[in-house]
Amino acid sequence: MTEFYVFVTGPLAWIAFGFFILGGLYRLISMYAEARAKDVSSIAYMSWYYGLRSILVWMIPFKSMGWKSDPLMTVTTFIFHICFLLVAVFLGAHVVMWDTAFGISLPSLPSQFGDIVSFVALAGCAVFAYRRLALPHVKGVTRCQDWFALVLVALPFITGVLAYHQVGPVLLMTTLHVLSGELLIALIPFTRLSHALFVLFTRAYMGSEFGGVRHAHDW
Amino acid sequence: MSHIADRIISDVGLESGVAALTTEKIEKVVTRMLKGETGAKLRAYKETCMRCGLCSQGCHYYMSHDADPSYSPVNKATETMYELMDKKGKVSPQRIYEMAQMAYTECNLCKRCAHYCPIGIDTGYIMSQVRRICYLLDVVPQYIRDTAHSHASTMNQMWVKDDEWIDSLQWQEDEARDEFPDLRIPLDKEGADIYYSVIAPEPKFRTQLIYQAAAIMNAAGVDWTMPSHPGWDNSDMCMFVGDYENMGRLKRAHYESAQKLRVKRIVMGECGHAFRSVYDMGNRWLGHKAMPVPVIHAIDFYWELINEGKIKITHQYENPVTIQDPCNIIRGRGLMDKLRDVVHFLCKEVVEMTPNREHNYCCCAGGGVINCGPPFKNTRMTGNRVKAEQLKATGVHDVVIPCHNCHGGIEDIIGYYDLKMHGKFISDIIYELMEKPEV
Ligand code: SF4
Ligand code: SF4
Ligand code: SF4
Repeated sequence: MTEFYVFVTGPLAWIAFGFFILGGLYRLISMYAEARAKDVSSIAYMSWYYGLRSILVWMIPFKSMGWKSDPLMTVTTFIFHICFLLVAVFLGAHVVMWDTAFGISLPSLPSQFGDIVSFVALAGCAVFAYRRLALPHVKGVTRCQDWFALVLVALPFITGVLAYHQVGPVLLMTTLHVLSGELLIALIPFTRLSHALFVLFTRAYMGSEFGGVRHAHDW
Repeated sequence: MSHIADRIISDVGLESGVAALTTEKIEKVVTRMLKGETGAKLRAYKETCMRCGLCSQGCHYYMSHDADPSYSPVNKATETMYELMDKKGKVSPQRIYEMAQMAYTECNLCKRCAHYCPIGIDTGYIMSQVRRICYLLDVVPQYIRDTAHSHASTMNQMWVKDDEWIDSLQWQEDEARDEFPDLRIPLDKEGADIYYSVIAPEPKFRTQLIYQAAAIMNAAGVDWTMPSHPGWDNSDMCMFVGDYENMGRLKRAHYESAQKLRVKRIVMGECGHAFRSVYDMGNRWLGHKAMPVPVIHAIDFYWELINEGKIKITHQYENPVTIQDPCNIIRGRGLMDKLRDVVHFLCKEVVEMTPNREHNYCCCAGGGVINCGPPFKNTRMTGNRVKAEQLKATGVHDVVIPCHNCHGGIEDIIGYYDLKMHGKFISDIIYELMEKPEV
């Protein structure tokens, strides 16, 4: 078990990061190349100013029509993404990892707080799941891939909480936690989670079209 | 949740088109289209959409059908384009019928849903590409198909013959000279400041609009002209059909007829979709980033005339009015402030609809839906109950509608929901109020 743990936290971690970084680069570059080849009349209208403006505006909760239309979703989306980043980057154990693996030292969250944040993120996942199950306009368009992405995101939190609270064998839980985290990282470029890579571009493009060509707001 | 298969409407264009389809042909065309014409934009939309459903409330069809998920933008994309992409075009002919009905008649390409999608997905674009596929498969509602054929054969939407066009203009000039003795409708005047273009239904059915435009140009002392040759029709049903080849021909003819006359600018009459075709669709197909001849919409033009003091009115319009914001020039071209300046200049009291400006609901006629003809009239009427509610809530009787399509759509809604209102073009009001010579 310990050997497996060492493998998971050692070589496998590098593989996961490799997938994430190389895979992400590959996806971004090939998408860009395809856009250069076939979406010239769209790329021509890309604008830094309007693109960034749109991104910034959509980062403000309840500013756009979309965020206003569904407060539960809006609150959940914002809180979930913030919690996700907080935990992924600033959780005590992760900060240690950044330091030992990459020599980057970051401030860490108080462990109590990290625990709460993890629970909140899980609650966020529950809201997403609730929407997929209960709201007809979400249920109807939900596919396996959407569930897969949701499970992929939820797993590291579930296992992390279990490991932290020492539910079940600690080493096993920790190993599972690291494994699920690696799976998540490795699969971001290749699943629905790729929205993390592409959303800035789709948003910026919509902003450019609306701002630069259509002279109207896109929020 | 309803399903498109349960609300199939009989249309001879769709039926005969589908009858001639085979699954192999569908596959071939879809593959050709996805490989050849669409690219990263469409792929990114499909992949990045989180199926969150936030776009639903953006769409008047969804809102008007008591939140029936079948009409939500993401569902429309999922049931058409995304399915074609997933199945690589391996779908049955009947499925193409359903997709065509959805894309041509249950989406106005109004892009209101864009205000609701955090990811920035353009469902209007996706539905246009579905239409393109259906067009390449020859599955197109008959009425709009007919209009596109008229464009392709005569370069205008209404099969107005070349001599009939000139005739109509001269007839209007003649009529108007009773009222304005010096009035001219100058044909082919080289080097004029303004080239005035209209949509073909103007000479065909609404000739008084040309009369009014001439009266306004005359009173404002504008150096203007209209062309005697094809290119005068700025409308573009080919764009909505998905016949991009002919869309390109139409736009080129429009620009070139203006270039031939070496005019400074094109002013387009009060129409929204025609405007979209020159700034958003046709220009891209032709590879113009900027318009080769500057083109402005009538609202812009009236706004200038008013600000330069060239339009003089005797009094303001007495009855309270409300304003329809046509998607293609408001959400499409940001003319909401100028529109309001113009209407407030002309009218005493303006009661706004809510929501308005770039968040306004489409009239449900746009995107070529009204041009799909009588079989789909009920689709538009039931599909836009929210517009009727919006209109009714204003409590006024006059609606200022600076768009031909919106006129058709809103007049229909007014009739269907018995709202006792009436639509007006801006030129109707200017003409009514302007100082006229005493004859
Ligand atoms: S009709 Fe308008 S709001 Fe509805 S899906 Fe089409 S573009 Fe979006
Ligand atoms: S709002 Fe955007 S991301 Fe969400 S379902 Fe609609 S199109 Fe997809
Ligand atoms: S007809 Fe008018 S409201 Fe309807 S899409 Fe066109 S511009 Fe929009």
